[in-house]
Amino acid sequence: MDDLIIAGEKFSSRLIMGTGGAPSLEVLDQALVASGTELTTVAMRRLDPGARGSVLDVLRERDIKVLPNTAGCFTAGEAVLTARLARDALGTNWVKLEVIADERTLLPDPIETFDAAERLVADGFVVLPYIGDDPALARRLEQAGCAAVMPLGAPIGSGLGIRNPHNIELIVEAASVPVILDAGIGTASDAALAMELGCDAVLLATAVTRAQRPDLMASAMKAAVVAGRLARQAGRIPRRRYAEASSPMTP
Amino acid sequence: MIVVINGSTHEVADGTTVAQAVHTLTSATTGVAVAVNDEVVTRGAWETTALRDRDRVEVLTAVQGG
Repeated sequence: MDDLIIAGEKFSSRLIMGTGGAPSLEVLDQALVASGTELTTVAMRRLDPGARGSVLDVLRERDIKVLPNTAGCFTAGEAVLTARLARDALGTNWVKLEVIADERTLLPDPIETFDAAERLVADGFVVLPYIGDDPALARRLEQAGCAAVMPLGAPIGSGLGIRNPHNIELIVEAASVPVILDAGIGTASDAALAMELGCDAVLLATAVTRAQRPDLMASAMKAAVVAGRLARQAGRIPRRRYAEASSPMTP
Repeated sequence: MIVVINGSTHEVADGTTVAQAVHTLTSATTGVAVAVNDEVVTRGAWETTALRDRDRVEVLTAVQGG
């Protein structure tokens, strides 16, 4: 499979993992290994002196690049501060920008997200914004200097798959930065569909970490992303209303 | 003087630095970042930045998420 390139950096895996929802660091570790991921998100939270082990140790041990997110932020100001804290703590200027509108839907707030993206790009960050499946906003964020766009398939953790494949295709058609399908993936066929629609990568967490067997689902997702990418490159046959014989009808 | 570290109120000596405030929670210096009153204090400035009365100190690290 061809490499994924984000902001000049190459990845041979097109599956980006999140770390939320795993019952333990051991389960997470096994799932990350099975997924083959090379880029994985973490959140920034108050340091808990009683916490045992760290997700950072797992990522370091497995040589996986860390992608801090701004999960939990409701305003551009909070997101910019969180990104700067992550840069200082983790030594990376990459950030998955996530500014949510409300806790019930966890849908991204487009106004705050765009405001934060402009400020972070100006501050030298490599910005990967999480957005709704809105082609106009995706284009504006690319113009603002974002390194990728990350439209959702469905709300975070919902497992509802890709609710508006047509909009994802429109985003892919117009984008010259990577399009990463983020959120809503429930099972392997959803990940394959994202890649068949032309997405450059898939980001998922819950579908793996809350599966009954996370390591097995991680393997399934890895295979699905590869299969979907290859199918996209192969070029699918047109859909037809009626049968078309694949062998001659005359004897 | 009084400072608030991760939401908890602490009585500390005048001249207490950011580095000392962090040390009340952890001995780690990597993977940790600090904001005082919503402004980042970069790691290189922890030792030389003195806290003032009523400062709000947030000490963050990376956790599972996203």
